[in-house]
Amino acid sequence: MDLTYTPEEEEFRARLRQWLGKALPTLPAKPSPDDWPGRRAYDLGWQRMLDDAGYAGVHWDASPTTRLIFLEETERAGAPYVGANFVGLLHAGPTIAAEGTAEQRARWLPPILRGEEVWCQGFSEPDAGSDLAALRTRACRDGDDYVVSGSKIWTSHAEVADWCELLVRTDPSAPKHRGITWLAMPMDAPGVTVRPLRTLAGSAEFAEVFLDEVRVPVANRVGEENDGWRVTMVTLSFERGTAFVGEVVACRRVLGELARTARENGRWDDPVVRRRLGRLNAEFRALWRLTQWNVSEAEANRGVPGVGGSVFKLRYSHARQELYDTAAGVLGPDCLDLDRPWTLDRLSSLSYTIAAGTSQIQRTIVAERILGLPKGR
Amino acid sequence: MRFQLTDDQRALRDGVRQLLARRFDGAALRAAVAAAGPGGAVLDRALWRELGAAGFFALRLPEEAGGVGLGLPEAALVFEEAGRALLPGPLIATHLAAGVVPGAATGEVVVAAVDGGLVEWWAQADVVRGEPAEGTGLDGGVREGGVRERGAPDGGAPERGVREGGAPEGFVSEGFVSEGVVPVRSVDPLTPLHRVSGASGRSSGSASPGPAPNPVAVLLTAAEQLGTAARVCELAVQHARTREQFGQPIGAFQAVKHLCADMLVRTEVARPAVYAAAVTAGPADIAAARLLADEAALRNTRDCLQVHGGMGFTWESEVHLHLKRAWVRAQRGGGVTESEEALAAELVD
Repeated sequence: MDLTYTPEEEEFRARLRQWLGKALPTLPAKPSPDDWPGRRAYDLGWQRMLDDAGYAGVHWDASPTTRLIFLEETERAGAPYVGANFVGLLHAGPTIAAEGTAEQRARWLPPILRGEEVWCQGFSEPDAGSDLAALRTRACRDGDDYVVSGSKIWTSHAEVADWCELLVRTDPSAPKHRGITWLAMPMDAPGVTVRPLRTLAGSAEFAEVFLDEVRVPVANRVGEENDGWRVTMVTLSFERGTAFVGEVVACRRVLGELARTARENGRWDDPVVRRRLGRLNAEFRALWRLTQWNVSEAEANRGVPGVGGSVFKLRYSHARQELYDTAAGVLGPDCLDLDRPWTLDRLSSLSYTIAAGTSQIQRTIVAERILGLPKGR
Repeated sequence: MRFQLTDDQRALRDGVRQLLARRFDGAALRAAVAAAGPGGAVLDRALWRELGAAGFFALRLPEEAGGVGLGLPEAALVFEEAGRALLPGPLIATHLAAGVVPGAATGEVVVAAVDGGLVEWWAQADVVRGEPAEGTGLDGGVREGGVRERGAPDGGAPERGVREGGAPEGFVSEGFVSEGVVPVRSVDPLTPLHRVSGASGRSSGSASPGPAPNPVAVLLTAAEQLGTAARVCELAVQHARTREQFGQPIGAFQAVKHLCADMLVRTEVARPAVYAAAVTAGPADIAAARLLADEAALRNTRDCLQVHGGMGFTWESEVHLHLKRAWVRAQRGGGVTESEEALAAELVD
């Protein structure tokens, strides 16, 4: 058990830190959360800066430990995270890299890395959330095209996306996992309608996407017809391990700010508040150690993430909510003020036990796949 | 960074697990409980010497001093196994006495320690190490130097003998009042307890924090708690797979499944916290390990009992033994409050 980094890893860290010191002051001002075109331009611009400096592919090519260092250092320096590049860098891109043809990789991967195209994810449907494989958006073959009709929901960045990684049903008579196909759909195709959806935090972070006889070329299919479920699982397992590295670093920083705020406003004198903060310190320290543990495990398995992802997500999503509930305790009545820091964070933390597999689904995964308990309801 | 067990560490863990499976299996555990009379459990001296021969106590002593020459991470792995197996005896106190109290390293001498006003295995220990008494002005010497020993002062083999209640014969009582030592009817049938009045201001509920707990003892206790958390998760899963109700294994029901999943999550979050604390030996890491491991052990033993239902509420089931030992360990090393306060203070340092 070794927590020290190799000289090469330390050198990578030092070089990155130096570059961040020079690059971050040249970033334009952060756009307002409602300015979608501005956010797109900002996030793509950051990705181009990373590409120029040779860091664009860190999510794809680098070792898990290098990725950990990259995410840790960029967060510490206050650099942007992937933003609108999220699906391209962490879902669609890795899927195309793993399952796409040479032509498909050449068409779609460079624009993702260069910060030129934005992807969104068309997986969930109004009637297919946790039970994703129940999705019903239909795709019928017509010559060299699929004709797609249906609707997708909770699609982040749909308003500004160029492409959508889309799951469609190509064989309604097959068992539900075996009739699904993965398509790359251009968002400007006729028949695509995007309707922004407001989250409970008030902002339009995601959208509904309606598809009315949208023609998608068969050449845009990644993997075989009806093999889309397996292709998708490649995507879903990709980011486990380092998925929340930056967020854990950020949560630890927030925790420190919270403690200092409590000292300033007097809440620190309440032992209940102090003990909650102390417990959260233990919690996020443990989550950081679990991250290092999972990354080391992925390193040992040549980059294949272990089963630790569900364990991590279950605990982290709860800890994040606890952090911002504690922040509310420190703020007192100010926690109702949307202009105070942490109020919006508290609201958005509520999605963590729901998005990307609810805590209930994660527990079932842990129980059945790790503990080997029998399948059932 | 390679934060995984090395091959040697894996081999050490497996070796200890095999040794304990051979020398202290479920049948031995039940026999030990059955043998524990009203006076409490009896320490198996032959097993103690075997543990000594296996390097259990001399693990961290340098090889020049006759030890194994390993570090805290290895000790954490060994004590995790001890926790899993519910191995009885003042294991940590004797481990910490290796190299300080003659005979401790080899398992010839059993060493107990005062912690938070309580002593585990007082009556059967050859040596009891104390804490400073409040208001006496004496340095009781929790660490080295404050050893109170009964038996031959010339360094020969200490005399062994158990007296009912009170202090063992020959016990030197500087620093705390041996007349104030009273037996406690211990909740854990395999951990006899004595209360030592005046030995410590750190009994639970006390306003005075008293002497700081030995951080290595806190860490190794966390390792034992981790072992318990992992073991009772396995017991619950085994039971949930085989026990049938409503025509199916109860583990097929989500309500039961999710209890088991939460047990695994607590264990696997506590594990890297404990291991990292063993690597860094930093005070904040140790405090975090303690909080996470206590939580995992206390809540997992509860959930294990819940999964076992009425069967778990019987004396014959071993579930209660894990639960009670977890309660005993949670009292060591100062209160949970102190660990939380220390970690809160660390945020604004």
